[in-house]
This record gives sequence, structure tokens and C-alpha cells, in this order.
Amino acid sequence: MKYVDEYRDAELARTLGSEITALAEPGRHYKVMEVCGGHTHTIYKHGIEDHLPESVELVHGPGCPVCVIPMGRVDDGISIARQPNVIFTCFGDMMRVPGGNGSLLDVKAEGADVRFVYSPLDALKIARNNPDKEVVFFAIGFETTAPSTALTLMRAKAEKLRNFSVMCNHVTIVPPLMALLESPDLRLDAFIGPGHVSTVIGCRPYEFIPADYGQPVVVAGFEPLDLLQSIYMIMRQLAEGRNEVENQYGRVVPWEGNLRALDILQRVFELRPYFEWRGLGFISQSALKLSQEYADFDAELRWDIPGVRVADPKACQCGEVLKGVIKPWECKVFGTACTPETPIGTCMVSSEGACAAYYNFGRFARSKERAGA
Amino acid sequence: MGTEKVDLEDEVLARIERQRKLRPRFREERVTMAHGAGGKATHTLVEGLFARAFANEALAELNDAARIEIAGARLALTTDGFVVKPLRFPGGSIGELAINGTVNDLAVSGAEPIAIAAAFIVEEGLDADVLRAETEAMAKAARAVGVSVVTGDTKVVERNKADGMYITTTGLGVRRSEFDLSGQSIRPGDVVLCSGFVGDHGMAIMLARGELDLDADITSDTAPVWEQAAALMETAGEDLRVMRDPTRGGVATVLNELALDADLGVILDEASVPVHPAVQGACEILGIDPMYVANEGKLLAVVGPERAADALVALQAAPGGEHACVVGAVAEEPQGMVLVRTGFGGTRIMDMLIGDPLPRIC
Ligand code: SF4
Repeated sequence: MKYVDEYRDAELARTLGSEITALAEPGRHYKVMEVCGGHTHTIYKHGIEDHLPESVELVHGPGCPVCVIPMGRVDDGISIARQPNVIFTCFGDMMRVPGGNGSLLDVKAEGADVRFVYSPLDALKIARNNPDKEVVFFAIGFETTAPSTALTLMRAKAEKLRNFSVMCNHVTIVPPLMALLESPDLRLDAFIGPGHVSTVIGCRPYEFIPADYGQPVVVAGFEPLDLLQSIYMIMRQLAEGRNEVENQYGRVVPWEGNLRALDILQRVFELRPYFEWRGLGFISQSALKLSQEYADFDAELRWDIPGVRVADPKACQCGEVLKGVIKPWECKVFGTACTPETPIGTCMVSSEGACAAYYNFGRFARSKERAGA
Repeated sequence: MGTEKVDLEDEVLARIERQRKLRPRFREERVTMAHGAGGKATHTLVEGLFARAFANEALAELNDAARIEIAGARLALTTDGFVVKPLRFPGGSIGELAINGTVNDLAVSGAEPIAIAAAFIVEEGLDADVLRAETEAMAKAARAVGVSVVTGDTKVVERNKADGMYITTTGLGVRRSEFDLSGQSIRPGDVVLCSGFVGDHGMAIMLARGELDLDADITSDTAPVWEQAAALMETAGEDLRVMRDPTRGGVATVLNELALDADLGVILDEASVPVHPAVQGACEILGIDPMYVANEGKLLAVVGPERAADALVALQAAPGGEHACVVGAVAEEPQGMVLVRTGFGGTRIMDMLIGDPLPRIC
């Protein structure tokens, strides 16, 4: 893993940090949203915010695929997992996400056969090895993970595996961004574009952001220096009055995306007319389901699932937090009904969500702020 | 920002703080894997159920080993259940773990291991050679630290009920330190020592399970730390505040416990914690922080600043301590939290795990 170190040099980071500070207009406050949960993780893990001036604030976006799954979908998954003879598979971190009434981890404790896998292909392997069981894969993720689900389905079809199906919760990145941008109370200045998603979809889909909304987008990699550099690129655009899509992650992200992967997605999936996002409500054309050709493998058709919608509590204000309108602590249920142990909104589900992070470390952030002031 | 708003924010934070300080209650309807993962859920179970029900002075400290005094003899008593899949893994096996794990719980409590009791729960159909090999591994590990297995118990359960075998060991030791080691005795300015490379055991187990498409040369670090502990006690004397073995939950969990117990801050210098490149690489790929990964032959010690340098030299001279180093310090702030200085020149708070989605590893 040697190559990693050159992207983690503290000296270089300090230099970039001071260049960012130099670009910041005195008296102006900048809000930059990192769309992707992976970026949030890097920012947090390496303490990137310590290299930024106080006037540059990072707002964590809706790009954590686990956090955006609404309670109703979790409940639907659970109802399948509870069926006799089913082996229900999903990614490890999905198991903790609460539905309206408990999580997959809870059903597992009740005796359901819920297993976590590292890739959909592992689920396929389980199906091959257990021909007398029904194996269901609970698919989540943006365009990043959707191709591997698609490949798995293609293989299942080629092998004529009858006991394998997928409950598809794949979502797409652009519609929620559009929904955020459409809201009149948005308080953002620019976007850090998601690196992994863009390896598949490329940079073109973001062009509407500068074109229609006048905001810069820089697609960034996942090493800490990648992020600092992308913030620097954003600040330069803002300072120069430009707004365009730039690609900081050129070593991995082709401008046009991965045409082969896109083609596979086309074949295996089709757009849902709408999909519910935890905390953000319904967003049209924001998720994928299996196409007609793969309908035989669609767990939602194979089982009679309740499909109930568990409404986000009225007081939930994730949308406002994501838009940067309010701070987590200003949400009416923050810290009372909504806590990391009993999360209501998306921002509280993962420990890196804005609300969870504030719940755990807010006190520290405050004292740091005071010391700095 | 107006003062009114600031005050409201403080109010919200203060309310969270009050909730957090409440003694946990075990309210769950069912036990989940998270209750065994060593993080927050485990704490809720132990403090909210066991500590309440068995309430007594020795237990209340919730140390690696309980301190008891009988007719003037200063003893330490500990017990540990070993469930590990696979039974053998690169660098060790369940039998070796069962001895070293208990020896180490005594060692970090400042006690020289004297005697061990072992209970075996064996699954019907287990290859007898496996049982022979594990018994031999235990005998060998016990001899190596001069401890005797003096009593035991055997139960056989039906097929598919015990992953081959489980072992529970209980250890009795004599406390050699004149001073009481305790997490509450740490003070700002104290130095945190780590006895070597971290994350090896947990990673070795995870890879040995063969569920990941990942090949790396990682072996478990299972080993006794009694000699390291003895060397620290001798060199640092009363400046040795506390020792812990970072098993399940890793270095992160131990440091969080210390910070909470003492209501002080622990500052960890991430770049100075030794991590083998293979472990770092595997962690990177799996999205795991090596600070949360289990160790079975390491100790963390907090030493007063005056004798920290000597303690480090003594630790490095003890077997298995060659790579020991200073990894952090105790500070006034941030109270009850662990602050990491990252190699990237930033900071972050290192929290306790809420649960663990990964396979159980020890
Ligand atoms: S406190 Fe909960 S409901 Fe409110 S914004 Fe945060 S995550 Fe959403």
C-alpha cells in the first residue's frame, strides 16, 4: 500500500490549506457540499477540516448509500428475511439500519438466516451452494455498486439459477442533487463531486449544476490530498468567478464515464418512476429496479412484500440539514427522539452522518471553536 | 451568531451530556451480535445488566481482572471465554489463545499468573486429533509462562452447536505491584506506551476465515505479556498508572475506556502507532481502522512523565516488546474523549464502536 502515502503528506496539506485560505475572500462564508459518503469518511478520518480556514465549511451530502434507505424498504426486506427457507444477504453495515420496527440484525437475532456478504457475487455463491434455499440479495448503493449487482444478475441468468433474487435499492446520484438545488432555501456555494460514482457515470451528468445553477463542481478522489486539492480548485473557480465541472480525479475518472458499465446498467435495470429517500422524501426517477428481462430475479415480484410506507416523523429535518439551512442541533428531534441508538433521519444513521457526528463530538467542536475565537 | 443562539446550542449539548452520563440500562428485547463485539452495546449489557445484578466492590471497577484480598494475600481473578472460528489460524490456535488471553488479563492487572482452570465445551463429532492438538497447545503455552492448569470441566454438546469447541479459562494471580493500578489514577501529562504492532490478531482471523477474497501474510500476535508487565512495574514503580491489553475492540476501545474512567482526554498520535504494512493494507481495503482491531499479545501502559523514558527502555528490552513506543499522552481536554492527531496533520475524535458488523474474531 505504499502508493497511498504520497497522497497523505502533512506538509503538502499545510501548503494547500494556506493557499485555500489565501483564496478566501475576507468576510465571506463558503459552504461546500461533499456529496459522497466516502468523502465524508476521508474528511473525518484524516481531520481535513483542520487544514481549512473557518470561513470554509464542509456540508455532508446525501451520498451515503446505507443512510438513504427509508424505513419502509428495510421493513420490506425484513418481511422477506422472515420467510421460511430464505437466506437473506446484504452488506454488513446495512444490518444495523433501523426500519419501522427493528433492524436486520434484530431479525437475525430472532432466528432468521441473515448473512452479510462483501459482494453480490458472494450471495450468488451461497445460492449455488444451497440449491434448496431461496437466496435474496438486498442491493444498495449508487452507480458505484450497481454494475456489480448487474453482473451478478447476468451470471445468475446465464447459469439459470432459480433460487436467487435481488431486492433492488440502487439509487442514482444526480436526482437528489437536482432536488437539493431546486429548493429555494439552499445555502451552498459549490459541490465536491463523488469520485467512485463518476468512474461509472463520468463528469458530464454534473454539467447542469454550473450551467443551470451557477455552482462549481469538482469531481474528487478519496485520498485526503485529493480532497484538499479539489477544495482548492473550487475556491479558485469561486475567486475567478468561474463555474464549471472540473475533474480532480482524472487518474481514475474518464470524462465520459465507463461506457461498458453504463451499457450493462441499461440492460439489467430500469428507472423507477420515483423512490423514497430517508429524510428527503420522494424523488422522481432517482432509483433503479430490475428490467423486464430480469424480472424473474426480482425479489419484489417473487415475494408478496407489504410495501408499506413508514412516514418519516414530521419533525424530521434532514432535508434542511443537508441543504445547510439549519445545523443538526437545531432540528426539533435532535438528541431527544433522534439519537445514534434510535436514529430517525438519514444524518443520524451512520456515525459519519452530520447529526451523528454532532451528537457525539459536538461538545468538542464547540470548545475548539471557542478556543479558536 | 447571536448569543441567544449560542446558549441554545449549549443547552442541547448539555442535555446530551446528561443522557450520556446516565448509567446504561439493558433494555433490548434480544441479544444481538453487537452485544459481543466489545463496543457500546457490550458496555450496555455488562454495566446495565451484570454489574447491576452482581453489584459488589470488586466488580464495580470492571477491570480486566478483579482485585481481591484474602488473609492479606493480594490476588487477582479473571475469566474469559474463547470462541474463535477457525480454531487454528496463522500464528496460533484457540488453545494458545485460551492460556495467553487469561494470562494477559492477569498481567495487565499487575498480577503474576499462578493457576488456571479450564472448561471445555466440545461439539459432538469433533476430530479427536483437534482436541489433542489444542490441549497440547494449552499445555505448551502454560509451561512457557510457568502457570499450571489445575482444574477443569468438560461438556459435549450436539453437532452444530459449538463451532468445534469453546474454551473458558479462569486465572488466579498474585499481584506483584505494591501500588494499585487503576484507570482513575491517570493524570494530564502522563505518557501512553504501546508494546508493539497492532491489529495483527484480528486481521489474521478475518483473513483465515477465507470469506474475503484477500491474501496477505498476516499472523496472529498471540503471546503472553507478563514479562513486559513485570518489567514496567519494576522500572516505573508508582509512576505506572495503569496497563491494559487491547484485545476485542482494539486500542481505540481501551483508550476510550481510560478517557471515560478518568474524565480526561487521551491524545493519540496516529502515525506513531506501529502497524504492519500488510495489516494496514488489508484494513484499507476492508474499510476498517486498525485501531479497532483485536490484539492478543500487546499491552498499553500509561506512565507518569518522569519515568516514561525508562519505562519505554524496559519495555523494549522485555520479550515481545522490541517495537514498543510512545503513542500518545493524557491531557485535560477533550474530557472523556480520545483525540487523534492524524498523520495528515489534522485531528479527529476516535469514538467507541457502536457494534461490529464483522465476523466475531475472538
Ligand atoms: S436530528 Fe435526526 S431527524 Fe433531525 S435532521 Fe438530524 S437525522 Fe434528521
